[in-house]
Amino acid sequence: MVLQSLKNCLWLSCVLRTPKACFWSAAGGGLIIQSVSNDVYQNLAVEDWIHDHMDLEKQQILFLWRNSPAVVIGRHQNPWQECNLRLLRQKNIKLARRRSGGGTVYHDLGNVNLTFFTTRKKYERMGNLKLVVKALKALRPQLDVHVTDRYDILLNGQYKISGTAAKLGRTSAYHHCTLLCNADKFVLSSVLKSPYKGLKSNATPSVPASVKNLFEEDASLTSEILLDAIAKEYAVQHQIDHHITLINPADETLLPGISNKTKELQTWEWVYGKTPKFSVSTCLNMAYKDSVLDVKVDMDVKHGRIEACNIDLPEQWLPAELYSELVKNLTGSKFCPNEITVLVTTLLKVCPQDDELHSRWSLLCENMIRLM
Amino acid sequence: VCIHRVRSCSSIRFIKSKYVCVFDKSALKFSHQQRLFRTSPVSCGQIVQFKLSDIGEGITEVTVKEWYIKEGDSVSQFDSICEVQSDKASVTITSRYDGIIRKLHYSIDDIAFVGKPLVDIEIDASKGVSPEEDVVETPPMSHEEHTHQEIKGHKTLATPAVRRLAMENNIKLSEVVGTGKDNRILKEDILNYLAKQTGAILPPSPKAEIVPPVRKTEAVPTAPKDKARRIPVPVSRPIAFSGKDRTEPVTGFQKAMVKTMSAALKIPHFGYSDEIDLTQLVQLREELKPLAEIRGVKLSFMPFFIKAASLGLLQYPILNASLDENCQNVTYKASHNIGVAMDTEQGLIVPNVKNVQVCSVFDIAVELNRLQSLGSAGQLGTSDLTGGTFTLSNIGTIGGTYAKPVILPPEVAIGALGKIQVLPRFNGKGEVFKAQIMNVSWSADHRIIDGATMARFSNLWKSYLENPASMLLDLK
Repeated sequence: MVLQSLKNCLWLSCVLRTPKACFWSAAGGGLIIQSVSNDVYQNLAVEDWIHDHMDLEKQQILFLWRNSPAVVIGRHQNPWQECNLRLLRQKNIKLARRRSGGGTVYHDLGNVNLTFFTTRKKYERMGNLKLVVKALKALRPQLDVHVTDRYDILLNGQYKISGTAAKLGRTSAYHHCTLLCNADKFVLSSVLKSPYKGLKSNATPSVPASVKNLFEEDASLTSEILLDAIAKEYAVQHQIDHHITLINPADETLLPGISNKTKELQTWEWVYGKTPKFSVSTCLNMAYKDSVLDVKVDMDVKHGRIEACNIDLPEQWLPAELYSELVKNLTGSKFCPNEITVLVTTLLKVCPQDDELHSRWSLLCENMIRLM
Repeated sequence: VCIHRVRSCSSIRFIKSKYVCVFDKSALKFSHQQRLFRTSPVSCGQIVQFKLSDIGEGITEVTVKEWYIKEGDSVSQFDSICEVQSDKASVTITSRYDGIIRKLHYSIDDIAFVGKPLVDIEIDASKGVSPEEDVVETPPMSHEEHTHQEIKGHKTLATPAVRRLAMENNIKLSEVVGTGKDNRILKEDILNYLAKQTGAILPPSPKAEIVPPVRKTEAVPTAPKDKARRIPVPVSRPIAFSGKDRTEPVTGFQKAMVKTMSAALKIPHFGYSDEIDLTQLVQLREELKPLAEIRGVKLSFMPFFIKAASLGLLQYPILNASLDENCQNVTYKASHNIGVAMDTEQGLIVPNVKNVQVCSVFDIAVELNRLQSLGSAGQLGTSDLTGGTFTLSNIGTIGGTYAKPVILPPEVAIGALGKIQVLPRFNGKGEVFKAQIMNVSWSADHRIIDGATMARFSNLWKSYLENPASMLLDLK
C-alpha cells in the first residue's frame, strides 16, 4: 500500500510538489532522461513503466539508453530463426524480447538507443527520425544521412545506421530506434546469423541490411557526443532546457513496480514462450560406428514447448518402449537444451544399463539437443 | 409453400430444443440477437461489434499476432484483447466495453482492417450502450453513468460494476486507491478499503467464509459467577480471500525428478548417520584457500569430502556398484564418478566428477568450479549428467543437520552432509573445546549393502576428514 500511495504521489506530482514530483514534472512540454544502467532488461522495463504509468498529455519524454552486449528480438519474432542461440550462450550475450514490433538488433555499448514517448494521438515516427537526422547534420554537416520510408536511417545512401520499432497502447505510445556509433560489427554479424535449419513459422522475419558505424565515417564521433546532440535538438524542438536527468532503473521508490517488470522480461515464458507457433523439419546426420544414419526429425513447437515430435529411426535401433518414452517426455517440454538434457539423462539412468544402448541413446539425444 | 417450409422448420426445432418456453408455430421470428437454444444462463444482451480503431499514420491494415481472450471469456473495459502488428509497430487493443466475447473475427496471422469489426461483445442489455465509433482515447462511451469523475484534476477510472459496489457501500471513489492498470479502481480495492474501516462489519458475502468454531459451554464452572459478565467476544470479520487453486503440468526438471524418485522407490533404503569433527579440516582449508585462489580456483570443503569418499570406495567397492534389473548381477564400477547434487533456478541436477580415483583434491576443485558455473548457466552437457556411480549432497550449505537422502538409480548409496556447527566437545584430556561438527546421513541399497559395510565405510571416510594428514598415506 505504501508503494501504491507513492504511485499516486507521482501521478499527482503537479499538484503536490513532493521531491518525487520535482523529478518527473519538468518545466515545459518535454523531459529528457538517461539510464545509468547498461542492463537490457532493466532498460526495457523502464520503457514499460513509462508506457504504463506516465501521463504524457502534458509532457513528452525522450529516453536515452545503452546496453552491454545483448540481442533484442521483436515482440512477435522467433529467436531460433533470428540468431545463433548457441553462440549467445557461449559468449554470455543476453537475449531479450521487447514489447514493440519489428526485427532483431544487436546492442552493445557502441549502440545508442532512443525512445520517444508520446500520447497515442501524437505518435509520429517520421518526425522523430527527422529530428535525429537534423541533430546529426547539425553536429557534422557533411554527413550523408537520410530517413527511408521503411523508417531506417541510411548513411551514404547504402548503410543502415538506425532501425526502428514502436509500441502503441490505449492512451500512450512509444517509438524507439537504435543508432550505430561504434558497435562490434564482427560480433553483430556472427550472432545475428541463425544456424538452425528447417524452421517454418509465421513469426516476423528480420530484413538483413549492411551496417556501418558512424565512427567509421568520422572517428571523432562517440556515443556521448551523439546522445548529447540528439538531446539538444529535442530540447530545441520541445522548447525546454537542454538538461538530461539521470534515472536509475533499479530505483523502486521512483519507479514503483519496476523490479517486477524487470523480472518478467527475463522469464523464459516471455523470452522464448512468446514465440509464435513454429515447426522444425530437419534431418540429423549421425555418424554411428562405420556408417552415417540419416534421421528425419519433425517437431511442432507452441509457446516455446514441443507440442508434437516424430523421429524416423531405423527399425529396432532403439527398443520400442525407450523410443516411446523419449517422445512422451519430449512432448510438453520446453524447446530448451538444458531442460531436454536433464530429461534425457534421467531417462538413461532408469533404463536397462547396456553400453551399446547408452551410446546410441547419447548420440541421438545430443543431436536432438543441437537443434535447440 | 411458405407455410409448409415454416412448419417443417418448426418441427425440427421442436425436437432439438430443450429450452423453449413458449413455442408458437405462427410466430417464428429469426433474430440474430435472440436465440432459442441457450447454453448459458446469462440473459441475452446486446451484441456490439467492436471495430478496429485507427492506428495512426494512415495505416489501414494490421496483422493479428496474439489473442489475449477467447470466445466465451468475460472482459472488463480496458482489458487487453489482442496484439496486432503493422510495419514494426506492435499495438495492444483494449476493450471498450464490459461484457462477454462472443466472436473473434480473425485468427492468428490474419490481416485485420481498420474500421472493420474485430470482436463481437455481448453487453448487459440494461446498459444501453450506443455502438457508435469514438476515438480510442478516453472516455469512449456516452453513458448515463460517467466513467470518469474529475477529482482534483485526477481522473478516477472504474467499471460500472465497481461503481455500483462503491455506491452500495457509501464509498467515495476518490478515497479508494486503485491498483489496476492506469490506477483503475478494481473490486478488490473496494473490498480492501471496506476491510480497513475500523469496526466495520462486512455484509456476509456469497463466497465461503472463514467462520471460527463455536465454543461449547463447559460443564466445569469457570470464573466466579459474581463477575459473570463476560467480555463480549468480537465478531470475526469474514476474510475476503480471492485466491484460486492453480494446476500446472509437471514438466522439465520436475518431471526428471518424478522419474528418478519413482525408480528409487524400488530400492529398499536403510540409513546410517554419524558426526564428524572437522576442526582440523577447517583449519587446513583456511591455509589452502589462498593457494587455490592464486591458481584461480575457489576451494570449498566438497573436494575434500569427495576425495575422502573415493579413498573409502577403494576399500569398500560394493558402494560404487550397480545392481541389474533382475537383481541377478552386481557390477562393480571401476571409475569413481562422484555426483554432486546442485540446486539451480530450475531445480535439482546432479552432475558428476569423473574418475575421482585419479584426481587430486585440486583437480576436483577445478572440475567442481566448472560444473557449478555451467550448472547455474543451464549449460551442462549430457556427459556431465550421466555415468555417476556414487553421490554426495551438501544440503548443509542451505541448512539442516540430519537428512534422509534418496538413492539415485542405478547407484546404490548416497550421502547427505549437514551444516558445520561450532559445538562444545570433550577432548582426550576431558577438557571442553570448540569443535566444528558436521553430521552425515548415508542411505544405501539394503539388497546388496549391509549395515556393517556402510558403518565401516563411514568410519574410514570420517577418519580421513578428522585427520586430513592421514589422507596423504593413501593418496594415489
